Amino acid sequence: MNNTVIPLTPLDLAIAAGLVVLLALLTWRLRLGMSGRVLIAGARTVVQLLLLGIVLKYLFDTRHLALIALIAFVMLAVAGREVMARQQRPFKGVWGYGLGTMSMFISSFAITVFALNFIVGPEPWYLPQYAIPLLGMMLGNTMTGVALTLDHLTQNAWQQRAIIEQRLMLGEDWHSAIRDISRQSLRTGLIPIVNAMAAAGIISIPGMMTGQVLAGSSPMDAAKYQILIMFMITAGTGFAAVLSSWLGARRLFDERQRLRLERLQPPNGAA
Amino acid sequence: MSELRLEKLKVAHLDSVDLVVKAAEIVCLSGQSGAGKSLLLRSIADIIPHGGLVYLDDCSSLECTAPQWRKQVGLLPAESQWWLDSVGSHFTEVDEALFERLGLSAGALQWQVSRCSTGEKQRLAILRLLANKPKCLLLDEPTGSLDPENTKRVERLIKQIAVEGNIPVLWVSHSEEQIERIADRHVVVRDGGLFTA
Repeated sequence: MNNTVIPLTPLDLAIAAGLVVLLALLTWRLRLGMSGRVLIAGARTVVQLLLLGIVLKYLFDTRHLALIALIAFVMLAVAGREVMARQQRPFKGVWGYGLGTMSMFISSFAITVFALNFIVGPEPWYLPQYAIPLLGMMLGNTMTGVALTLDHLTQNAWQQRAIIEQRLMLGEDWHSAIRDISRQSLRTGLIPIVNAMAAAGIISIPGMMTGQVLAGSSPMDAAKYQILIMFMITAGTGFAAVLSSWLGARRLFDERQRLRLERLQPPNGAA
Repeated sequence: MSELRLEKLKVAHLDSVDLVVKAAEIVCLSGQSGAGKSLLLRSIADIIPHGGLVYLDDCSSLECTAPQWRKQVGLLPAESQWWLDSVGSHFTEVDEALFERLGLSAGALQWQVSRCSTGEKQRLAILRLLANKPKCLLLDEPTGSLDPENTKRVERLIKQIAVEGNIPVLWVSHSEEQIERIADRHVVVRDGGLFTA
């Protein structure tokens, strides 16, 4: 291990925090009404990441499979909440939470487990140093893709209700009546990750690669890992988006292929 | 022998509606807005959840898939919707003779939907519906946006189709004169039920 990382002292972090406080002061001066949010978000970063550090340290020391699985499911649960919160009209009831979470679960977990076993191959395959960061990056990106897809799908189904119903009246089946909308929603969900792949390394140096280089890995190793991650994320986001748009479209119709928009919540969770 | 029969149809405030529209018969529906005329037509087409049963030719809506059913009971909504750029891409089959009956030519298929007037769209929507060869017609104010001449054209065409094809027709109309001209029977939707006018 060629560990050349320079440890950061609390003072180093305090200086960096000073920059955020400066930004908060600036937004307060400009009356953007968000200085409070900047500070709170900053505080959350500190607490959440330090906690993560503690948990990961414990996890890396013990390498307990059940504990790793537990952490993985907590991550999934939080990502599921986030997907729901990012939709203006999520489905009512258990579907609102379940649909996105299920899509992310199937896609992210399957691809992470696959990559760990057949590509990276750590010993044991669930070695937390690999499993947790990989899954985290998968979930973080899949979450965005699924949220965008579902949000676009439900919003447009709502707005184009008359068109969908007209197509049903003319005898189209549900699949064909919503085809244009689900295609477009899928496209919306996939654009960010495809753009990220295209821009990787030229416009942005991805966070993970930055981290690996700072921690002393050779740039070539870091690049290879970043490529692997990019492909995993793209595949994971893509499959999850396809799955969620199909499940979501299906849920918009009942067994007699009627459009059931009352299965969606009113915007902003208003009753 | 084609016949449309509603048995104890329930939707929103309409309770237990029974109605038979015989083959080749035109039944006009009228009633204040909000009385449930459109809801009734939409339930018959099984576009919205409802109670009770609907039969066409003694065959219940539940005996076939929803798309098959909707092709048979042609529902024309009060406002037609178009989702592709050109008129023609919404049509699967074209019967030029029908176009001429409504004062249009097959050249209308090349038109851009966005440049059609409300009245043109309405007549094209009727033609689009007829291309499905429905066995029954549910028309929600089909001439609401048409001038007197085109209104007459639509009335003559539907009447002829009803008689020649033995097709039952439910026609929502607000115009007394129109009802006078076309209806074999006139039914009013009021207080959650149907009443013979």
